Amino acid sequence: MILQQLPVLNELSNAFPPRQTPVPSPGSDTQPLMGFFTDTSVCIGCKACEVACKQWNQLPSDGFNFTGHSYDNTRMLSETTWRHVAFKEKIGGEKSRWLMMSDVCKHCEDAPCQQSCPTGSIIYNEFGDVYVQPDICNGCGYCISACPFGVLGRSPEDGRAHKCTLCYDRQTDGMQPACAKSCPTASIQFGPVEELREKAKQRVETLHAQGNTQAYLYGADSLDGYGRLNSFFLLEDHPNEYNLPEAPPQPLHGQETRYALSLLTGLVLMLLSALFFSKGDNYAR
Amino acid sequence: MPGLGASFGRGAATSFQQDLANSDCILIMGSNMAEAHPVGFRWPMKAKEKGAKLIHVDPRFTRTSALCDLFVGIRAGSDIAFLGGLINYVLTNEKWFKDYVLAYTNASTIVAEGFQDTEELEGVFSGYDPQKQEYDASKGHWGYEGAGGDKPKQDQGVEGAGGAAEGGEQKSQQGSKGVHGYGLMGGASSHSTPQSESTAAPAGQPPRDPTLQDPRCAMQYLRRHYARYTPEMVTQTCGCTVEQFLEVAQLLCDNSGPERTTALVYAVGWTQHTTGVQIIRAAGILQMLLGNMGRPGGGIMAMRGHASIQGSTDVPTLYDLLPGYLPQPAADKGHEDLASYVKYEGMPTGYWANFRKFIVSLLKAWYGEAATPENDFCFSWLPRIDDDYSQLLFFNKMAKGEVKGYFLFGQNPGGGGPNARLHRAGLRNLDWLVVADWFETESAVFWKNDPTAPPSSEIKTEVFFIPAASATAKEGSFTNTQRLLQWHDKAVDPEGDCRSDLWFVYNLGKRIKQLYADSTDPKDDPIKHLTWDYDHDEPPRLPDGSLSRIEGEPNASKVLQEINGYNLKEIDSRTGKPKLLSGFSECKEDGSTACGCWIYSGVFPEPDRNRARERKITDNPVQPEWGFAWPHNRRMMYNRASADPQGRPWSERKKYIWWDEEKKKWVGNDEPDFEPDKPPSYRPAPDCKGMDAISGAEPFIMKPDGRAWLFAPGGTKDGPFPAHYEAGESPVRNLLYPKYQASPTTRYFEGPLNPIAHTPESEYPIVATTFRLTEHYLSGPMSRFNSWLNELQPEMFAELSPELAEERGIEHGGWMTISSPRGSIEARAMVTRRIKPLTIDGRIVHQIGLPFHWAFAGETVGGNANDLTSLTADPNVSMHEGKAFVCEVRPGRTGTPAQPTKKVAPWPTREDSPDTPKSAQPEGHLK
Repeated sequence: MILQQLPVLNELSNAFPPRQTPVPSPGSDTQPLMGFFTDTSVCIGCKACEVACKQWNQLPSDGFNFTGHSYDNTRMLSETTWRHVAFKEKIGGEKSRWLMMSDVCKHCEDAPCQQSCPTGSIIYNEFGDVYVQPDICNGCGYCISACPFGVLGRSPEDGRAHKCTLCYDRQTDGMQPACAKSCPTASIQFGPVEELREKAKQRVETLHAQGNTQAYLYGADSLDGYGRLNSFFLLEDHPNEYNLPEAPPQPLHGQETRYALSLLTGLVLMLLSALFFSKGDNYAR
Repeated sequence: MPGLGASFGRGAATSFQQDLANSDCILIMGSNMAEAHPVGFRWPMKAKEKGAKLIHVDPRFTRTSALCDLFVGIRAGSDIAFLGGLINYVLTNEKWFKDYVLAYTNASTIVAEGFQDTEELEGVFSGYDPQKQEYDASKGHWGYEGAGGDKPKQDQGVEGAGGAAEGGEQKSQQGSKGVHGYGLMGGASSHSTPQSESTAAPAGQPPRDPTLQDPRCAMQYLRRHYARYTPEMVTQTCGCTVEQFLEVAQLLCDNSGPERTTALVYAVGWTQHTTGVQIIRAAGILQMLLGNMGRPGGGIMAMRGHASIQGSTDVPTLYDLLPGYLPQPAADKGHEDLASYVKYEGMPTGYWANFRKFIVSLLKAWYGEAATPENDFCFSWLPRIDDDYSQLLFFNKMAKGEVKGYFLFGQNPGGGGPNARLHRAGLRNLDWLVVADWFETESAVFWKNDPTAPPSSEIKTEVFFIPAASATAKEGSFTNTQRLLQWHDKAVDPEGDCRSDLWFVYNLGKRIKQLYADSTDPKDDPIKHLTWDYDHDEPPRLPDGSLSRIEGEPNASKVLQEINGYNLKEIDSRTGKPKLLSGFSECKEDGSTACGCWIYSGVFPEPDRNRARERKITDNPVQPEWGFAWPHNRRMMYNRASADPQGRPWSERKKYIWWDEEKKKWVGNDEPDFEPDKPPSYRPAPDCKGMDAISGAEPFIMKPDGRAWLFAPGGTKDGPFPAHYEAGESPVRNLLYPKYQASPTTRYFEGPLNPIAHTPESEYPIVATTFRLTEHYLSGPMSRFNSWLNELQPEMFAELSPELAEERGIEHGGWMTISSPRGSIEARAMVTRRIKPLTIDGRIVHQIGLPFHWAFAGETVGGNANDLTSLTADPNVSMHEGKAFVCEVRPGRTGTPAQPTKKVAPWPTREDSPDTPKSAQPEGHLK
């Protein structure tokens, strides 16, 4: 875009939220990017990941609400729910299905939450994962509206934003995240993202060879202009069936144009009001 | 599991869960494995990843169904019709594995003259006594043709390792007085120390017709018995379509044979029926015909319903068994002294010729130096049983006020017992009750929180609640569903006054011994002389090296060492104590050895080697150095059948155990379940006895004829072949045997507390089945007090079809009431297409599913599915029928909802985790 050619405007648009940062790079040359591969084709919906996450991170229960939405009584990710198993009953037709998927923060390569954070609380840590530093968070909530997946939530208790840390504390001790550790069928796999992507692609090929042609990867490659996800999924149906956006909006794209437009609007308004007031002056006189 | 015992010789899962990954096809039926055994379900998923076909046959479309390639919905209680149909399909389409069936099963054996099948007698076998509602197997000629046409003796040990024992339910006895039941070989056996003496088979081998043309051979009976189980009959009885049934049949047949194997997985969905044993028998017959037994990726995987249920049958909590499947002496038999007990219960033939060694070693373990050859090793001190004290009958007695006191450890009959109302009525009639548990379960608060009970002032039971230690705060071993002993260490001391069950029992025993220490009454001798010495030699320490705070905690390793056994005549120089036995073959009958449970012997062979604690991962896919499996660390039973009669693998792909001609022994990754050096060419001489009577090509060594039993001449009390009967309560008439609606041997305990709907068509037209959710555990005593689990499944619900909901005016998510003859409960309605109305015999039959996790104690409370189930017992193991009964549903609530007994704690607390620096506090802590 032409506007991007103007360094002043670019600087201006980047001066205050939203900012743009380079694609994350791991802390050192030897440390690969770490992430999740969630293979929904073997998920049995046991919710062990939800419980393991809450136990390890000492997150409270969200209350006892029977929702009637299949076996999903969690409903969504939030400040106190960092893993959520979604259920979708598709009974009838040629083969009845019951889709299950363990949802989690996507740890985007191009994370809107990180870009929108005014305090610098949200960072990419040395494992390349998107991490909220609670002691720096000021509770503005920009990240919550920026996330196209609805991952973050703000705690009414401390007013700050919280989400999956990809078990930063466990990783620093050389352990895998609690959810991956507890998954009985290896639906949740943890490891260097590049390796996981390779593995996932092979898995899709195997499934296709076995006749399951619906299987595909979500977020292993960029999603219609949205950067890759370091926590990506193997799905067997349209993303909407899992409550995932087909093309996640990246709120920061096109930001320059919006800045320019608002600048223009301001100028026009200024002009109009100047005209109005000048007339008024005439009237008073 | 007499179903497996009667078919193959031992009543335990024939294989191990990891082996399911080697299957080409897995039929899961009577099990919701993904939800009830999610960790084990890893292995079917591994198989699926490799391309195996997974089939689920079930009344409900569950999370298991979602992961399977094929789901077939059937009516609860119609399993034998479905399996019988499969058997008929395999036979009529000649898909059976001929070499395997001819060599390894009794297909060719001639059945005694006089035996009559259900086809001839319109629904019963010969030998039925309508007065007693029992079979007399000898009058019915359920046996082989032979010398005198005798059937092999029932006591020969064909029964299984006790009851199906699921879901915390007690197993029970075979006979009315208990002791008849548990076939000795239900437990283990060994043939690695071959014994002389004959098996109990009639002299020589029974007559056979290898051409299978003789109308009285087992195969011909089998064909006639299942001839009417056609695909159309299956459809009419089970409610599935012909196409679905044929697809299952086709998949099983395509994936069985020399190159491929199919495994079968079942759990309490099969056992909790009045025909449960026969359902499992039908599965056994199917697997025999397809040649899948004793082979990698094959077998029948029985999934236990509770942690260490296998262990509690091996070192039993059963009233009619001593450890290692030795029968408890009875008051009404020739059990006056050791000699007659051994004569009556032991066997002159087969491995049970060692019977005396095991009972003497057990008595030495229990009574120590007091047990001498002169006093019959104190045999007279063992309590005698005089009646049926299985759980169902015991609580029936309790409800009538015939029981004074009761101890409950880790069991919740007030919430999870079949017809839990009757169980609670029993508890209300006690004088005293001790409950040792983590939480105040229904069985602990029945006197104050049960909305259906009379006021507390009218209940006289004094309840003592003992806080119990959790698994992390005590050490010990588990025996899992595949007979694997795994030790767990103690990580921390239990909190506050919580103590391990072992602590409680040990210290109670010590106090009782102290109480009787000065007694001179001979009747108190068993207490005075009981060996009771499990104190730690040094003060016990925690893993971090600090001293344990708990006083009086016994040393669990010493208990396992006593179970393993000692040679009392040899002193180990390292310990200065009697030397540990290396295996049960070292047991002696002269009192020079002590052994607490002979089948476990070998688990602790050296003072510093607890094999249950070993966790070594090796290149061997069987992983023989992870834990210890009884007997003799064999992971797959009957594995001689993985080789052909000549001892060669059936195929390279399905290689497991084979005969090595150079080494002159059986080799492979697993321990051979066969005499290690008996060549395949070995043939017994006509008068051979004991193990010598088993040829080198007969893998089912626990059977007197060395073969798996298509026709079961003994081992079950309800017939040599499985026949389809309706459940004790069913809205459908029996299409196959119209004269006999339910199994003619079912026992009903009818009374005001336990009414039964025998003809329920109008009043209770709906079939109900209970089920389990991953999110909760059994009746909820461990899960409904945990808010992390409660939030995942917070309320009792019932699954029903949209069609039924519309008929009755029930709204999704709204309240509904479910009524059975035993009472009514309320639940939220989960209207889902996962439940389908079935067309049975030309009319629509509705089913509903009820999770059995809720009752009236805990953070979340709700209607108890087991308040609706009945006290009905199958004839073999007194198993109840929780998986198929009748009910009616209507919209609305019952009016007496329970209130939570535990306040929901804002859990976890917001306090910092102790002993943890600020920087290492959990990420979710908000402080």
